[in-house]
Amino acid sequence: MKLSGTLMILGSALLLGLFYFPLWNITLGAPQYPEPLGMDIYISGIQGEEEFDIQNIDGVNHYIGMKKIPKPEEMWEFNIFPVVIGGMAGLGILLGFLGLFKFISPNWFLGWFVLMMILGVLGMYDFNSWLIDYGTDLDPKAIIKLTDDAGNPISYKPPLFGTQQILNFTAHSYPRLGAWLMFAGMFLTLIAWWVGRRSHKTQNI
Amino acid sequence: MKKINSILSLLILSVLMIGCGGDDDRKKSGAMATNAAERVYVAPGEHDEFYGFFSGGFSGQMSVYGLPSGRLLKVIPVFSQDAEKGYGYNEGTKAMLNTSYGFIPWGDLHHVDISQTNGELDGRWVFTHENNTPRVARIDLNTFETGEILEIPNSAGNHSFAITENTEYLIAGTRFAIPSPQRDMSIEEMKGNFKGPLTFVKVDQETGGMELAFQVIMPGFNFDLAHPGRNASHGWMFATTYNSEEANTLLEVNASQNDKDFIVALNWKKIEEYINNGGGTMMDAEYAHNVYDHNSSTATSTMKKGVKTVDPKDIPGAVFFMPIPKSPHGCDVDPTGEYIVGSGKLAAELTVFSFSKMIKAIEDKNYDGDAYGIPILKYEDILGGIVKQPGLGPLHTEFDGKGNAYTTFFISSEVVKWSLTDYQVIDRKPTYYSVGHLMIPGGNSRKPFGKYLVAMNKITKDRYLPTGPEMNHSAQLYDITGDKMELLLDFPTIGEPHYAAGIPADLVKQNSKKIYRLDENTHEHSVRNESETRVERKGNEVHVYMTMVRSHFSPDNIEGIKVGDKVYFHVTNLEQDFDVPHGFAMIGANTAELLIMPGATKTMLWEPKRVGVYPLYCTDFCSALHQEMQGYVRVSAAGANTPLKWSLDGD
Ligand SMILES: [Cu+2]
Repeated sequence: MKLSGTLMILGSALLLGLFYFPLWNITLGAPQYPEPLGMDIYISGIQGEEEFDIQNIDGVNHYIGMKKIPKPEEMWEFNIFPVVIGGMAGLGILLGFLGLFKFISPNWFLGWFVLMMILGVLGMYDFNSWLIDYGTDLDPKAIIKLTDDAGNPISYKPPLFGTQQILNFTAHSYPRLGAWLMFAGMFLTLIAWWVGRRSHKTQNI
Repeated sequence: MKKINSILSLLILSVLMIGCGGDDDRKKSGAMATNAAERVYVAPGEHDEFYGFFSGGFSGQMSVYGLPSGRLLKVIPVFSQDAEKGYGYNEGTKAMLNTSYGFIPWGDLHHVDISQTNGELDGRWVFTHENNTPRVARIDLNTFETGEILEIPNSAGNHSFAITENTEYLIAGTRFAIPSPQRDMSIEEMKGNFKGPLTFVKVDQETGGMELAFQVIMPGFNFDLAHPGRNASHGWMFATTYNSEEANTLLEVNASQNDKDFIVALNWKKIEEYINNGGGTMMDAEYAHNVYDHNSSTATSTMKKGVKTVDPKDIPGAVFFMPIPKSPHGCDVDPTGEYIVGSGKLAAELTVFSFSKMIKAIEDKNYDGDAYGIPILKYEDILGGIVKQPGLGPLHTEFDGKGNAYTTFFISSEVVKWSLTDYQVIDRKPTYYSVGHLMIPGGNSRKPFGKYLVAMNKITKDRYLPTGPEMNHSAQLYDITGDKMELLLDFPTIGEPHYAAGIPADLVKQNSKKIYRLDENTHEHSVRNESETRVERKGNEVHVYMTMVRSHFSPDNIEGIKVGDKVYFHVTNLEQDFDVPHGFAMIGANTAELLIMPGATKTMLWEPKRVGVYPLYCTDFCSALHQEMQGYVRVSAAGANTPLKWSLDGD
């Protein structure tokens, strides 16, 4: 259980990286923006890659009637996410210590992992619905109004993951260091469960 | 008579030679063209290797070209009003063109020089000067805008200009001898009574700020070009003089009589020491000092008084005359500082002086008499060598750092490459036509970048499609990496490309600003966002605090202005995006537009003269809705009581 507990502690501690590093990043490049405009999405708010990127993305987007990129206080998520991440990291570290001293079975680690997966999927779902809202809830007085072949207003939603052309802009949406640390951490907790279960079994035999 | 004959025959020979050379070159150009094109081709989106800063001569502006492509990158207004940028027209920059004679909206910009540290280009500033109303200026290479202009008092026709090798001083010598101080006197009595002040301007190493340090009151010769010593000769400066005859009429003949004129050799460190120890006397002077603040986009002009002057006779060992044949123009110091190349415009030879021999001659005190108490060194004692029959009308020499010198010849229209070791001519190439100065990037520093040479020509004739009697002057780019020079490109330039300085782009481009930061905008009347925009009346003055952003002004409807008001539009560009300026123009304003960079504020004065409703609009195509970027101002009669009102989108 020694290795397993340590891995669990380490894995959940990696989540704390999200407090320092961006979770996600969306860039918008176009012929007139050879250095793409970019935003880094943190669990507590959105920041421009360069100092004035947010202002310039808002400026470009006002033609098609998109809302301004929200400030932290304008979205409940940016208040809740740090609590959830901090809570899950704390819980994971606690479980790791309990496992280290054999107070609990490694199945608790799996339990933590499954909970984290559920929260992660919910987070992605929420993020995606925000992107949909951001890309489709347009000002009716927008100066440029475009419709698709079926006559419906075009969606300017950036992709949740991957690369996509939006009018003259190419949008790239990919995880950043914070997310990679989280993925690595979650993977470690899964290994912690697996390693712990094996040693648990050996001991039982 | 014998001499004249030999010059004449040389002239004829030379003309023949050039004729042949020219034809030869043209025949080859067909086969050469592809290759040359490749070597100057900078693909779309790629950057040039060098910046070239070209003076605009009589245009009063400085232009920036990319080399080797010859692409015009920017025109920087310095001594002349420029309607394109509103320079000298808007309220923030008018003060830049103040002088002790009042507002002077034109001046001819002659020589340009890039700041140096330890004799190497450092890419911080470009300094330049004006001939007509003597002024010197600093252009800041983070903004590519003129940052400061200083008038030179008690001087006339500032043409002798140089920067010392740590940018300690700018040297500004008078081209025209004048009474000093100025006074009412007979022109005929000029000889012995006129003076030729050489001015030293101290440069602040942090800011580039300029300050009048002292003037050396030289005899009344005309100063032409100046050059600082470097390396071995650091602490000295050299300047050519012409009209040592001190003629005051028909100079083309009367100033060309002496077989030898002078190069002045001046130990400025010695004079600096003399001044620091309390030497020198104050002379009456009045001069304008104009400083532009890039954060407030506002120039302030201060009228200053008095200048510390020095009589060279009071500082023994500081100033000497070096005899040089026939009306010299250039005096150029090689990268080691040992060779001073003197170019007598009417001489058949090129004279190279040796600095170490000069020092020895001074130590030996074996002089060839004196002129106005200034010792004349013996020609033979200081001569390093002579380039024989190099061409006709030598003007200016620069160096490639590999032991070669390149000299332009005005009369024979050619560039000649010669060796500093054996004074032999290595190569000669024709220029089209009547070349003046030439430039090798860093070619006047300790570290030349000897890849390209640019020749600047006064006459263009048949080089381009004709455009009436006036053709733009031209510059020609040669590859100088091989033994033989190769003409790669010529391109038209703005005004007269009198002089140029080049620098590797890598030493400059990373410092170039992309925007002005709105949060650092200190303009007296700036606003930070649309909610602060407003209109205020103070008597018959109306101040409009306006913002611009793609694609509207705020406010865009203004009422309550009356005929006879002085309306100041203080317009702030709220953008913080690279290369997104907006323009502002107002019908009936007796001035130019405003061109406002992201984050900056500029002010225009408008004095409405007729009742009506008048549009204002953006002049710089900024966005898809640029054409809609407009507004209205209602002007009521002088006595009307229309309330002051302003709005954007009805509120
Ligand atoms: Cu505009």
